[in-house]
Amino acid sequence: MINAVYKLIEPRLIDVAYEDLSIDSDKVIIHPLKLSICKADQRYYQGIRSREILKKKLPMALTHECCAEVVFDPTGTFKPGQKVIPIPNIPTQDDDIIAENYRYSSFFRGSGYDGFMQDYITSSPERLVAIPDSMNLTVAAFTELISVCTHTITRFGKISHARKNKIGIWGDGNVGFITSLLLHYIYPDAELYVMGTVYEKLSYFTFANAAYHVDALPEDFGVDHAFECVGGAGSRSAINQIIDHINPEGTVALMGVSENNIDINTRMILEKGLFFFGSSRSGKADFIKTVELIHSHPEISRYLENIVGEEITVSSITDIHKAFEHDFSRNFGKTVMNWNK
Amino acid sequence: MIIAAVFAGGRGSRMGSTDTPKQYFMLGSKPIIIHTVEKFFINSRIDKVVVLCPKIWVEQTKDLINKYIGKTEKIDVISGGETRNDTLECALDYIENKFGLDDDTIILTHDAVRPFVTHRIIEENIDCTIKTGACDTVVSAVDTIVESVDGKIISAIPERKNMYQGQTPQSFKAKKLREICSSLTPEEKAILTDACKIYVLKGEPVSLVEGEAFNIKITYPYDLKMAKALLEGVNEND
Repeated sequence: MINAVYKLIEPRLIDVAYEDLSIDSDKVIIHPLKLSICKADQRYYQGIRSREILKKKLPMALTHECCAEVVFDPTGTFKPGQKVIPIPNIPTQDDDIIAENYRYSSFFRGSGYDGFMQDYITSSPERLVAIPDSMNLTVAAFTELISVCTHTITRFGKISHARKNKIGIWGDGNVGFITSLLLHYIYPDAELYVMGTVYEKLSYFTFANAAYHVDALPEDFGVDHAFECVGGAGSRSAINQIIDHINPEGTVALMGVSENNIDINTRMILEKGLFFFGSSRSGKADFIKTVELIHSHPEISRYLENIVGEEITVSSITDIHKAFEHDFSRNFGKTVMNWNK
Repeated sequence: MIIAAVFAGGRGSRMGSTDTPKQYFMLGSKPIIIHTVEKFFINSRIDKVVVLCPKIWVEQTKDLINKYIGKTEKIDVISGGETRNDTLECALDYIENKFGLDDDTIILTHDAVRPFVTHRIIEENIDCTIKTGACDTVVSAVDTIVESVDGKIISAIPERKNMYQGQTPQSFKAKKLREICSSLTPEEKAILTDACKIYVLKGEPVSLVEGEAFNIKITYPYDLKMAKALLEGVNEND
């Protein structure tokens, strides 16, 4: 059948393309319900990627954060109408050592491969995670982003030493908020300290022990471990501040994406014997763990509902532009598109 | 019960020199009619898809469905009538005889040559019919509509903002549709070629469901070229 796919042709130009979609006996057909805009989508939409990358990847349907309903499942895994989260990462090879989201051979929807702005999406049943009826669909729309934070925290748990009395989170944006929130539930005994640059945004971190402006840290401030959720040009100062304030042998999780190389104080990293690890995207296990975590702690969903800046019903391409422009104009919060296409 | 009636009665007389009905032309990897039927086949709210085609094409249509979709009890193929109204009556007769008509029986009628119909349009047709009893899929008129009764001089130019272009699906509570169709005189039947128009003339409300500009009807060779170009254009970019 013919599927309508809403592709970014060039920055700020979206057009509908039509694709011949097969009904395969091993593929589930789903229809998006809600889509959430990510910073990576904005970088494509606004053209804040290199000319070479844009030329290579566009035209492409954006968005990799989505909740959907099952339309047709010849595999019998799901019921029609069942709500699911599609996993954007598509592994093509097995590997016992390297996680699916770090394999060169994996595809990622919304990055070199069409994202979820489509009428129908086909998926193998293994790449769909069922969600409970009780789950808020607006929050479910950005499960992918939450799962990225879950993934980092899970890896952090395996890498870091056992003393987790004080954990610092640098970054007062969406990733900083979600990471802090999950840490609060996964490590309930740890004291959480959030560092940011905007007082209004810091006021959202009510569950943390303290939220400081980066220019006003207490003199003797120190943490056992740290999460960098800043990215961009601010990464440099954030990482160097972490190096200054982290205790010896601490672990630093790098989560912020920076387009340019940055200078960091390697001398002090050596002196303190720090562990740095990078983290990106997530795999199926992280999605499942995220859904379970939200199900077992319903208050997480309520906190996350609070960072949804706007829900925009999308019935036309003009509405898609409206959603992206609205999202770009905000410096905090998630923009969710109610997909009425 | 919700039933999709796919009207594949066209004989292709407007498609140029060929005698093959246009719904059997290939579009991408499949005939147009298959693309269309699949949209209704995968929708879990639709209990049955009845394909109404020319009598001499019934067996071939069954073959195509078996070949591209596979053996399924969800799809029935029957012969339609000479006119659109006849085909509609054939659909209603078939549904009434096979499943019976009650107040919850809904029929979505759709042109086989509109393969670009979307999930939203189908869902909104179902929801709207449950709520209001009848609906028509439309898009706002882009061009100014000019009326001429004699074909020579303009008799009226209606205000464009009030004008819409009709598409399909057109959807109805089947029992009511049957009652209204039965009340038509032969003369009325001869001139009333659109089911929604029958409703309007009988004073019955018909709601609007927003269609899509790309939900085109493949009627002329130009439309088929356009449809193929739309699909092929994407493949080139990939």
